[in-house]
Amino acid sequence: MKRRDFLRNTALASGALMIPAFLKPFEAMAMDGITGYKNLVVIQLSGGNDGLNTVVPYGNDIYYQKRNTIAINKPDVITLNEMQGLNPALSSLKEIYDQGWMSIINSVGYPNPDRSHFRSMDIWQTGSESNQFLTTGWIGRYLDANCATCKNPYTAIEVDDSLSLAMKGAKMKGIAVEDPYKLYQTTREPFFKELVHDHTDANLNEDNLGYLYKTMAETYSSASYIQQTSKTYQVTGEYPATPMGNQLKTVSKFINSGLQTRVYYVSLSGFDTHVNQQNQQERVLKIYGDAVTAFIKDLKKTGKLDDTLVMTFSEFGRRVEQNASNGTDHGTANNVMIFGGKLKKAGFYNDAPDLAQLDNGDLKYAVDFRDVYATLLDKWLDVNNSQVLGQSFKGLDFV
Amino acid sequence: MDNLRQIKHLHARAGFGLSFEDEKAAGKHSIKKAIAAIFKASENEEPINSVQVNTDYAMLAKGDKDAKKQLMQMQREEEKALNVAWINRMSTTDAVLREKMTLFWHNHFACRSKDSFSAQQLNNIQRTNALGNFRELLLEVSKSPAMLQFLNNQQNKKGHPNENFARELMELFTIGRGNYTEQDVKESARAFTGWGFNKDGEFIFRQPQHDDGEKTFLGKTGNLTGEDIINRLLEQRQTAVFISTKLYKYLVNEIPDPAHVNAMADVFYNGNYEIKPLLEFVFTAPWFYQEQNTGNLVKSPVEFLVGMNRQFFITYQKPEVLLQFQKVLGQVLFYPPNVAGWPGGRNWIDSSSLMFRLKIPSTVLNGGLIDFKGKADPEEEAYIAANRNQQVTVNSKVQAQPDWDRLFKAIPAGTTNQQVAAFLLQTNLSKTLTGELSNAPDIKTAIIQTVSTPEYQLT
Repeated sequence: MKRRDFLRNTALASGALMIPAFLKPFEAMAMDGITGYKNLVVIQLSGGNDGLNTVVPYGNDIYYQKRNTIAINKPDVITLNEMQGLNPALSSLKEIYDQGWMSIINSVGYPNPDRSHFRSMDIWQTGSESNQFLTTGWIGRYLDANCATCKNPYTAIEVDDSLSLAMKGAKMKGIAVEDPYKLYQTTREPFFKELVHDHTDANLNEDNLGYLYKTMAETYSSASYIQQTSKTYQVTGEYPATPMGNQLKTVSKFINSGLQTRVYYVSLSGFDTHVNQQNQQERVLKIYGDAVTAFIKDLKKTGKLDDTLVMTFSEFGRRVEQNASNGTDHGTANNVMIFGGKLKKAGFYNDAPDLAQLDNGDLKYAVDFRDVYATLLDKWLDVNNSQVLGQSFKGLDFV
Repeated sequence: MDNLRQIKHLHARAGFGLSFEDEKAAGKHSIKKAIAAIFKASENEEPINSVQVNTDYAMLAKGDKDAKKQLMQMQREEEKALNVAWINRMSTTDAVLREKMTLFWHNHFACRSKDSFSAQQLNNIQRTNALGNFRELLLEVSKSPAMLQFLNNQQNKKGHPNENFARELMELFTIGRGNYTEQDVKESARAFTGWGFNKDGEFIFRQPQHDDGEKTFLGKTGNLTGEDIINRLLEQRQTAVFISTKLYKYLVNEIPDPAHVNAMADVFYNGNYEIKPLLEFVFTAPWFYQEQNTGNLVKSPVEFLVGMNRQFFITYQKPEVLLQFQKVLGQVLFYPPNVAGWPGGRNWIDSSSLMFRLKIPSTVLNGGLIDFKGKADPEEEAYIAANRNQQVTVNSKVQAQPDWDRLFKAIPAGTTNQQVAAFLLQTNLSKTLTGELSNAPDIKTAIIQTVSTPEYQLT
């Protein structure tokens, strides 16, 4: 029997604990291809989610004064501490919070905030200053950065049919996969197959034609890898039948099948609630909360929660005071929610937003969003954040 | 390079590609005559008039919930109509150079406006001046309600300057980063105080809001006005270099050749910023036709779609399909990602956008289905929230009809599949494609295959 076969068989037969200590490094190596990956799942809430009606500062009278028709009534708030609690539409998350798998960072934003959707989303996705225009996204630049596991497009997967700017680097780009089988089928059309196969010579050129063929070949092989790998795993957890439920179910399939992916990206629309906010926001929050809860429970069951970190953001929060149409207008700082099995600081990361000291009716930011990114980059994705963010950020301690 | 290849290259860059129909006539011309013909055809500067009423949205917004919903619906319809009107214009006009340059200025002076009337007005400013004088163009753009609104100059008042417009004027519209100081931004912002617009969509100079004190800008001191700032910027040769560089990347090569760009800047600067002579200089320069400058630019999504429309005379039963294509390919007209415009080049291409590009020809030319949706623009979120839309995957017929009869009439009898492909592409035919084409049962199949290749993405 060969030495490696022996090790594998031993591990299977007797369990990892039986392996003598001096053999551990081998075991770690053998396992690396299957479980060694720490995953980041980014959830984007598009439209500017109203953070104050998501994580409700029910302990602050100003909140009720400024929002006389759309405030969440105290008895309805899912209380988390004496100051803040969750919107009732997020009731499923209470259990996750109580388990210590959720952390809420209040008042996340950036200097000189921009209140237009597209610009602020651009800033969050590229990680730029508010007066700076970058053509690459922060996850894309993570792929560009010199990291050993970033050789393939599927290192970052967006579960969607098109790719966000966040996922595009200068040299490397992630890949959009809404349905692995569909992508696989698309790339297997006989005509494309011929083109890809015969272009091993031309595709090595550095010119644009070479780049196109390289992208085509990478898509071709990534589609195959993703389909062949992910089809081996059937998700057992139950997910709500919503688009976001399906997206996170797909992410679970990818993670549990051992796909060598570090970052997943999903988004949910419908948060731009200028008019009659309550029904609409609670409808989308429920879609979000129920899907995330299902996802976290599923990962816990499969033993992957400790290797997974989920971050939810929106391009901005909304003004503290409601408008005349029972809605809220574009604001600035907002909360960011983090989920994971190994949080260093579960619960509330920092103080509730200050509703008394406002900047022209808007919350002042207390945490720069790039400090959140820096934490993820340094402590979870193993790159130096300055390589990705263009300057060094100190980062936070939630993980 | 033979004459027809030169003319094909010229049309690929100065327009949206040479069609089979124009091939015969074009082949007889000398390149000089072909250039003259392109300028002649673009003398027509007919504006787009898809949005006819300047709706006062501010008034409507004061209405009740239903009024607001209706208003949003109206805005979307207007946006869609304007977008499609421009795509149709580019797809059918003879004034191709004018439209190609309008598209260039659309990206150079990138702007978003919720008000389609203003967006159309700015688009027409860019169209009218597309081949005219850059100073005129810059001045009119700077005074357009769409731009004044977009870059917050409406809020730029004496004592409370808003620097947004002044900064982008230098960083993106004229001299570029590194050629001015923060103090220049501050001083010039003061010069533009009082520049605004009224309800009727007209520029107004609000004297009481204007700071007429002394300012020092790029070394010049005086009671400078907005016009003075613009003139001062045009006195800098760097503005000619900046625009020439960008234009070179658009028309010639993504990697600027310093000698070529410098020669362009001389023509532009010494010619008092006249655009037409600059373009003539480029199209007549020997380097424009060099091998390394042909078939190497990645078509923008709009160039890709318009090029197909022009070559195959496509009519869309459902114009919204055109918008959906723009969305999944990453370029929706009037919706640039930010004031810096679309980055272009390889940025257009990722796994999914490339697969869409390779798939779209067969859906359009062969009655296929679209089963992709693309992402909502962040600005569409209010509409989505109000209408409780969740974007769902669509499986719908494209319902586009190419005019094959017209096309086949233009292709001379006896033309081989390979010859057709060679005409449709700006690059050489690969061995594989040549082989595939020999097996294609008919010209139609050969055409669809050719248009579904990575090669077709290049111009």
